Amino acid sequence: MATVTLKNLRKSFGKTEVIHGVDIDIQDGEFIVIVGPSGCGKSTLLRMVAGLETVTSGEVGIDGRVVNDVEPMERDIAMVFQNYALYPHMSVFDNMAYGLKIGKTPKSEIETRVAQAAKMLQLEPYLARKPRELSGGQRQRVAMGRAIVRKPAVFLFDEPLSNLDAKLRVQMRLEIKALQRELGVTSLYVTHDQVEAMTLADRMIVMNGGVADQIGAPLDVYADPQTAFVAGFIGSPPTNFIEPALIGQTGAAQIGIRPEHMQITQSGQVEGSVAYAEALGAETLVHLRLAQGQMITVRQDASHPIPQEGDTVALEWAAQSLMRFDQAGKRLAD
Amino acid sequence: MAQQNGMVEKRGAGLWLTHLGLIIGVAFIFFPIWLAFVASTVEQQQIARPPMPLLPGDKLFENYARALSAGVNAPVAQMLGNSLVMALGIALGKIAISLLSAFAIVYFRFPGRKLFFWLIFLTLMLPVEVRIVPTYEVIANFGMLNSYQGLILPLIASATATFLFRQFFMTVPDELAEAARVDGAGPMRFFFDILLPMSRTNIAALFVILFIYGWNQYLWPLLITTDPDMNTIVMGIKQMFPSGDDTADWPVIMATSILAMIPPVLVVVGMQKLFIRGLVESEK
Repeated sequence: MATVTLKNLRKSFGKTEVIHGVDIDIQDGEFIVIVGPSGCGKSTLLRMVAGLETVTSGEVGIDGRVVNDVEPMERDIAMVFQNYALYPHMSVFDNMAYGLKIGKTPKSEIETRVAQAAKMLQLEPYLARKPRELSGGQRQRVAMGRAIVRKPAVFLFDEPLSNLDAKLRVQMRLEIKALQRELGVTSLYVTHDQVEAMTLADRMIVMNGGVADQIGAPLDVYADPQTAFVAGFIGSPPTNFIEPALIGQTGAAQIGIRPEHMQITQSGQVEGSVAYAEALGAETLVHLRLAQGQMITVRQDASHPIPQEGDTVALEWAAQSLMRFDQAGKRLAD
Repeated sequence: MAQQNGMVEKRGAGLWLTHLGLIIGVAFIFFPIWLAFVASTVEQQQIARPPMPLLPGDKLFENYARALSAGVNAPVAQMLGNSLVMALGIALGKIAISLLSAFAIVYFRFPGRKLFFWLIFLTLMLPVEVRIVPTYEVIANFGMLNSYQGLILPLIASATATFLFRQFFMTVPDELAEAARVDGAGPMRFFFDILLPMSRTNIAALFVILFIYGWNQYLWPLLITTDPDMNTIVMGIKQMFPSGDDTADWPVIMATSILAMIPPVLVVVGMQKLFIRGLVESEK
């Protein structure tokens, strides 16, 4: 259990700076998700906390101790890798016990800890197997088991679910959340999947091009995005961006409005024709083409009638659901 | 459908033809070895007088015992021992050194890393025969003529094996090294606990190839061993050939040839299991 502090953390590869200064204080036991598109530096950030990448400038602190130049092992962290990184020639038991063996933990202690972790992760029947004899989900569990037995101060997850199929991903997501709650270990979790970010995080860091655009609780980030990038990245389908002039607004470079905050009506603020409608069962995504050719997505409940393609309809929204952004993408006060 | 039947029929006939071809080929290749075996079981006179017998005679034990204990210049048992030391020394030495150099080249960033790799790679172009004179000079100056060190050391560096292990190590996911680092394994610990066990099928394959390479060395032992007690078996066979008007003791020479073939065959057969396991199970 520990706090993690990043102070103006920067990373350059050669002359290219890829992380432009990230600051955050992570509370003990907090679950932090770092989310962003590929290449935004989220994995690099995590690997700097792990000690697998050197820190160019700034500070990484774990439990109040600056660990910039400390080996990964000495940082009291455990990491779960995207491709699991299980040792292929070792049994599940040995995979989980390897770190403890190196740490010269007594044999009986190793056995108890591995047994505990195996029970928690329902891996008991597989302890003697080799990783190649396991399914993807089981391998993922072994990778987590390897992290748990170490009883680390911090868990680091590097896109742990992206190699699993959709159904398993949902299941493992719940398991990770439950496990983290139970163990109460401070966790950093990297993902590009906003659903994982929304569901797992106590707070999330939305990364964009090496900058932490916004740090906050998932619902706050959703409800109150600080930049146009965050507004567009968090939420599915993504926020619509409209030319202010189109809806009679001034003083902003662009206006964002979420698909779920618009209703199709007979007469409203703007008119458009229905390009196509995707009925998903519980909801329908209606894609409209506005007069100027701009596409807009509206998300409506299944209780509403599904408009015909080609129909001309109008849109309306509550004034407070508009998000105004300046030229640089920064949110403007309403 | 008709075409499918046709294909099956064709395959049936093809199967027989294939086997026939293989049997003829095997018989063709095996015949000289069979003749050598036959020659090693008969008396000198029977070989000298045509036609040569095609069935084994009754002098098997006698000839082999004579070869093993006395030979022509040196007892064959002694030469087999020398060859075994040399082949094992070369095979194990090459594997150890190339594993370590490949490990260094792939996993460590040191100045001149690329240069060293290319230097090693360049030596691929210099076979023993090309560098044999300077090598002889060096070994002679070290006083290693007629010694196991002299037989083994010059042949131990291997660009081929280094290159092979380098290629293999590069296919090992980086995350594995990182996971080991997070687990607290230092570089050598990672090498012994993870990299080495993962390479074992490669090591087995290389061992077979290198053992045979070492066993079949001819020119180098011929140059640096003048003492018959240090002769290796492959060159020893040649030494047994008579010079001038001496008569050759063909049964003993043939017995020696057969004996010289046995260890490589045993290595290949013994390692076959590891080979096949290496082919069947993918380790990554």
